[in-house]
Amino acid sequence: MPVTLHADGTPAWRRRTPAAEFIVWSGWFAAVALTIACFQFISDRTIWAFVWDAPTQGADLVGRMFPPAWSYASVLWKPLWDTISMATLGTALAVVFGVPLAFLAAHNTTPSRLVVRPVALFAIVASRSINSLIWALILVIILGPGMLAGILAIALRSVGFIAKLLYEAIEESDPTQIEAIEATGASRAQVLAWAIVPQVMPAFAGITVFRWDINIREATVLGLVGAGGIGMQMQASINVLAWPQVTTIFVLILGTVLVSEWLSARVRHAII
Amino acid sequence: MSGTTFDAVAAARAWRPPPLITAPLLRYAIYLGALLYAVLALGSVEVNWARAAEGIERAGRFLAGFFPPNFLSKRDDIVEGLLESVTMTAVSTALGVALSIPVALGASRNLAALPVYLVCRGIIAVSRTFQEIIIAIVFVAMVGFGPLAGTLTLAFATIGFMAKLLAEDIEDIEANQAEAIRASGASWFQLLAWGVLPQVRPRLIGLSAYRLDINFRESAVLGLVGAGGIGDTLNTAFDRYEFDTAAAVLIVIILIVLGCEYASGWIRRKVQ
Amino acid sequence: MLLTIDALTKRYPTGDLALDAVDLQVPAGQVMALIGPSGAGKSTLIRCVNRLVEPTAGRVALDGVDLTALGSGALRRARRRMGMIFQEYALVERLTVMENVLSGRLGYTGFWASWFRRFPRRDVEQAFRLLDRVGLAAMADKRADALSGGQRQRVGIIRALMQDPQLLLVDEPTASLDPKTSRQIMRLIVELCEERGLAAIINIHDVALAQQFARRIVGLRGGRIVFDGPAEALAAPQLTAIYGEEDWSQTIRRAEPNEEEAPAEAVA
Repeated sequence: MPVTLHADGTPAWRRRTPAAEFIVWSGWFAAVALTIACFQFISDRTIWAFVWDAPTQGADLVGRMFPPAWSYASVLWKPLWDTISMATLGTALAVVFGVPLAFLAAHNTTPSRLVVRPVALFAIVASRSINSLIWALILVIILGPGMLAGILAIALRSVGFIAKLLYEAIEESDPTQIEAIEATGASRAQVLAWAIVPQVMPAFAGITVFRWDINIREATVLGLVGAGGIGMQMQASINVLAWPQVTTIFVLILGTVLVSEWLSARVRHAII
Repeated sequence: MSGTTFDAVAAARAWRPPPLITAPLLRYAIYLGALLYAVLALGSVEVNWARAAEGIERAGRFLAGFFPPNFLSKRDDIVEGLLESVTMTAVSTALGVALSIPVALGASRNLAALPVYLVCRGIIAVSRTFQEIIIAIVFVAMVGFGPLAGTLTLAFATIGFMAKLLAEDIEDIEANQAEAIRASGASWFQLLAWGVLPQVRPRLIGLSAYRLDINFRESAVLGLVGAGGIGDTLNTAFDRYEFDTAAAVLIVIILIVLGCEYASGWIRRKVQ
Repeated sequence: MLLTIDALTKRYPTGDLALDAVDLQVPAGQVMALIGPSGAGKSTLIRCVNRLVEPTAGRVALDGVDLTALGSGALRRARRRMGMIFQEYALVERLTVMENVLSGRLGYTGFWASWFRRFPRRDVEQAFRLLDRVGLAAMADKRADALSGGQRQRVGIIRALMQDPQLLLVDEPTASLDPKTSRQIMRLIVELCEERGLAAIINIHDVALAQQFARRIVGLRGGRIVFDGPAEALAAPQLTAIYGEEDWSQTIRRAEPNEEEAPAEAVA
C-alpha cells in the first residue's frame, strides 16, 4: 500500500505505486487493442452485407424451422439409440485404456519417471489436443462410415481426458496410507490395489460419468462427418434444407442432453 | 483379557468381503442391467468387417501419407487458417467473458431477483446443451461462411461455460464479507466491486485462461461446417487427399494446444 | 541381538543430514522409546529400518539379515517381520476395518487372492480375535473413516500385529490423541509386546509417557544418539543434553501420578 505525498505535503493513500498503476493500465490497453486488431482481421474476412441481413435470415430460418416435423421423430429413435451407445461404448473403451495410462503417468505410480512418464504424458496431450470430430474424420477415412468410427473417435479423445484427471487424482492421494501398505511387505501391485485404488475410486467414478455426459453431446455431431448416430440424419436434413426435421432433431438432442446431465449429476451426488 | 464370549471362528466363517453396492437387489439389478445394455449396444454396432480389414491396409497407406508432414506446399493456407483460429479465439474469449459476467451475476440467487435469475439460467442451459458445431451451423446459416460465425459460436459457448461456473462461485462467497460492505451503506455496484469481485477474481481469471485454451481447441474444428479457422484448412486437406498437409496441420494444432495448456496452467497457478 | 544398526547415515537430497552414523542395538522382546526434539531424525531412523526411506550409508541387520543389501522382493519379505504403527493411524480410509486389518497379511497373500479379498480362514479368524481383544469386533464392517482416533489407532496396531512381526516400529503413536487415550494406546502396545515377546522402537514426543512405559530410552539430537539408558536414569541433565536448556523438574515429576491409573481402563 504505497503512500505518496501531495504537493502540499499531505499523504495520499493509493492502491498501487504510479509505476504499477501505469503497467496495469497499459496491460489493459494492450489487451483491448489486441482484441480490436483481431476483430479487424475477422471483419476483413466477413461479408458484412450477409451479417446485416442476419436478422431477416434468422427470422426466415426460424419461420422455416416451425412447426417441427414431429412425425419425423419415428425414424430418429434408432439413430438416437446409436448416439447414446456410441457415447457409452466409447467411454467404456476410454476407461479401459485411460486407467492404465493414468497409472503410467502419475509420478508416484509410474514404473519409470525418465522414460515411461514422458511417453504417457505425450499420449495424453495428443489425445486431448485433437477434437473427437477430427478423430472421427480420420477414422471414417480409414474404417468407412459407421458407428465403429464414432466409438473409436470418442474413445481416442476421452482416453486423454480420463487419464489426465485420474493421474492428477492419483498424485494427490495421501502418501501415508501408501507408506502404511508398503510397510506391510505388500508388492507394488498390492500397494496400487489396496492403498491407491480405494483413494481414487470416487474421483474415478466422477470423472467417468462427467466424460460420459460430455460424450453424449459430442456423439450428437459425429454423424456430420459420417461417424454414425443422429448427426447423420441432421446432416441429411440440412443438406436438403428440411428445417422442420432439423428442429425435431434439435429437440430430441436437447431432451437427451438434459436427461444425461440430470443422470450424471445424480450419480456424482450418490458417489461423493 | 480375551475373556469375552466372542467366537472368532464363527465370525470368520460368516464374514464376506464387502461388496461395492450394499443393497443386494440393487446390486444384481445394476449388474444385470449393465450386461443387458452392453449386449444390446454392442449388437447395434454394425461393423463391416471386410471394410474394416481393408481399413488396416488403408490405415497403413494413410499413415504413410502423413509422413513426412508437409508444412511448405500449403504454407499460406496453414498460416491463414492459424491466424483465423487465433483471432477467433482471442475475440470470442474477450467477448464471451465480458458478456458472461452480467449473466453470471444474474444467475446468482444471492444477488439477483427471481425473474432475472430464471432468464439467465435459461441462457446458460441453452448455451451448454448444444455442441459448438450445432450452434455454428445455425450461425453460419445466419451470417454466412467465415470466421465471424465461428467467433459468435465460441462467444456464445463461452457465456454458458463461464457464467455457470462463475455463478456457482458467486453463490459460494462469504456472506459476511458482502454483508460488511452492505452495512457500510454501499450501493449494489459498490457491493459488487468491494464485496464480490475480490472474492471471485482468481476464479474469474483462472476460468478465462481455461476457456481461452478450450476456445482454441474448438476453433480447430468449427471449420468443418464452414465457420472459419484452421479446421477449414484441415478439412480441405482431407478432401483433397493431401494427407501430408493434414499431418502438418495436426502437428501445428497439437503444438499450439500444448502451448495454450502450459500458459493457462501457469496463469491459473499464478492467480491462486 | 534382534536388530543391529551400524553407522547408519541419512542425508536427504536437500543436503540435510538427518542421521549421522547412528549405532543402536535392540535385543528381542525389548520395548525401547526413542525421544528427541522435532527434526532430530527419530522418524527417519525407524523408516530407514524398514527402508521406507533409503539410508545413505551404514548397515541395518534384522535377525542377522542385512536389510540394506536386500533386493525389492527380499525386502518385501523382510518387511513382513516389522510391523509399523503410524502417527496419523494411516489406515486406508475408504476400506473397512476388517480390510485394513487384513491388509497386514498382504505380504503373505498373492495379488489376485488379495484383490478378491480371499484371505485364508485362519487370517480372518486371527483378525477377529485381535479385534475382539481391543473391543472392535463389532466394527469389522464399518469404514475406517467412521472410527474415532483411539479406535483407528487400535486398528493400526492390529494391522501391524497381523504381519506376525518380531519388531514393531512405532512412529509417534499418541501425537494425535488425547492424554487418556494416549496412555491406553501405549499400555496396549506394551502389553501386546510382552505377550508376544516383540521388540519395539517407539518414537515419542512425550517424555513422561516414554518413562512410564519403556524400560530403555534412547535420546536423539541432530541425528546422533546423545543418551541411551534405563528410564530411571533419565533426569534433568540428560534431558538438557537431548532437548537443550529448560526447566525440566516439572516434566519428570509429572510422570509419577500416572502410574496409579487403573489397569481396568486399559482396553475399554
